[in-house]
Amino acid sequence: MSTASAITTGRKSFEQRVPEPGAPQQQADEQYAVEVRGVQKSFGALHVLRGVDLTVRRGEVTAILGPSGSGKSTLLRTLNHLEKVDAGLILVEGDPVGYRLKGTRLHELRERDILRQRAKVGFVFQNFNLFPHLTVLENVTEAPVSAQKRNRKDVETEALELLDRVGVTDKVHAYPRQLSGGQQQRVAIARALALRPAVILFDEPTSALDPELVGEVLEAIQQLAKDGRTLIIVTHEVGFAREVADTVVFMDAGLIVEQGPPSAVLDNPQHERTKAFLSKVL
Amino acid sequence: MVRSRHPWRWVAAIAVLVVVAQFINGLVTNPGWDWPAFAQYFTAPAVLSALWLTIQLTVYGTVLGFALGIALAAARLSKNPVLQTVSWTYVWAFRSIPLIVQLLFWFNIAYLYQSLSIGIPFGPTFFTFDVNSAISGMAAAVIGLGLHQAAYSAEIIRAGILSVDQGQLEAAAALGIPKRRQFFKIVLPQAMRGILPNAANEVISLFKGTSIVSTMAIAELFYQVQVIYGRNGRVVPLLMVATVWYIVLTTLLSIVQYYVERHYAKGAVRTMPLTPWQKLQRRLSTINAARQEATYGGLR
Repeated sequence: MSTASAITTGRKSFEQRVPEPGAPQQQADEQYAVEVRGVQKSFGALHVLRGVDLTVRRGEVTAILGPSGSGKSTLLRTLNHLEKVDAGLILVEGDPVGYRLKGTRLHELRERDILRQRAKVGFVFQNFNLFPHLTVLENVTEAPVSAQKRNRKDVETEALELLDRVGVTDKVHAYPRQLSGGQQQRVAIARALALRPAVILFDEPTSALDPELVGEVLEAIQQLAKDGRTLIIVTHEVGFAREVADTVVFMDAGLIVEQGPPSAVLDNPQHERTKAFLSKVL
Repeated sequence: MVRSRHPWRWVAAIAVLVVVAQFINGLVTNPGWDWPAFAQYFTAPAVLSALWLTIQLTVYGTVLGFALGIALAAARLSKNPVLQTVSWTYVWAFRSIPLIVQLLFWFNIAYLYQSLSIGIPFGPTFFTFDVNSAISGMAAAVIGLGLHQAAYSAEIIRAGILSVDQGQLEAAAALGIPKRRQFFKIVLPQAMRGILPNAANEVISLFKGTSIVSTMAIAELFYQVQVIYGRNGRVVPLLMVATVWYIVLTTLLSIVQYYVERHYAKGAVRTMPLTPWQKLQRRLSTINAARQEATYGGLR
């Protein structure tokens, strides 16, 4: 029964002892794009992540749901080291994020190597965070050229294709503020894709948009899912999660309460907190 | 429909115009202004070479001041507590000392240090200069103006950098853009919008502030006109020579400021407002169009 096993995984993450960052216990599994093991994070006295375990297979779409303050955005931000973890380990494509394995110990990476590593993980922000003083095309080409040292001409060709795929074709030389919110977020998606990342993270990608613009952004994300990309999406759009996600993860108070296919978690939730949350948002 | 009347507006406008007319009349008729002498000295070689020295002092002071200012701002915003403290102390010290006092210190530095040496600290020395010959009056002035300016530019630059949205840095970091490029390509161009108006203020006040150097007998514009009116007693026309030159160059700087600000406004506004020049062209072309319309309309 898939539901039951999903719950046990959730529980296990709750009870499992947290591995120290100095001692990864097992080799990374090759089929996983992302592995999160016993991650903890505090901001001062606030314990935001209290031991999170999560695995994401290649080509899988994972939606993370949960009430605000449950730690879902923080978890997402730890995946590309925008937040440092206090304990636990994160592997992207088998490599520890922010650290390097030397013998049996993990050594913190230098800033330069962290920046290089981040190119493997695309990030789409709630507020787009496009660079307002650069044109749409420059926004997309900046990082592949400056961070990955790729040829500008090739990157531009690829950027135009990506912009075409997200449906922003006629405004490539405009500035972000001349675009609608939906267009800006689609440019931000193209900007993340241009780095050819192994996984793309979305932090509430439609929360800052006018209701009538939400659809076009969700459509672009759905297209990526169909292309077989690995996506992790923090979202409030339960309907969208049901439609696009292979796995739905429900978080509350810094822990994964329940995870599994949408049919299980959304239609037949086992946990009280999941039920309470879904009854509020559906 | 009866429009409301504003009789007091008319009264105020007329009163102001009367005062302005009186002032202009005075400029023309009062012989004390001595306009022929003004015309004679305005482009005199001695005045022009002094003006050139003033411009040089401004340029060197600006370059030194802002280069050091960027370094101080970066130090203050760095995570290194030693650099932070040094930067804070520098700004504190140089804002506390009046410019003229500082300039006189540099001018008299030879009382403190007779010779300057380059070598390994607490180790052997390679070169030695005589301070009096190495630091001329001009060099003392540039050092003094530049160091003074640096304290103020550091704060202006820091303010500009702080005004850039934190999300911009986060996005740049998430994209893996190298640190130095994050600063020069993402942060600084956006900070420039906040920095420029204040920086232009500083350059203009530095330009006029160079007149303080006249106390050290450096032949910049203000010193030179003082020397000339000391000889011939034509105080007012020569002060006007200096005044008009200061106004002309400040005007040029203001125009440069306008266009530099426009450059950095790219992307910040949806559509750029027209420049005064573009507005003039547009107006002329509509007048022309109207006139042609009138002519050809009349023929028909």
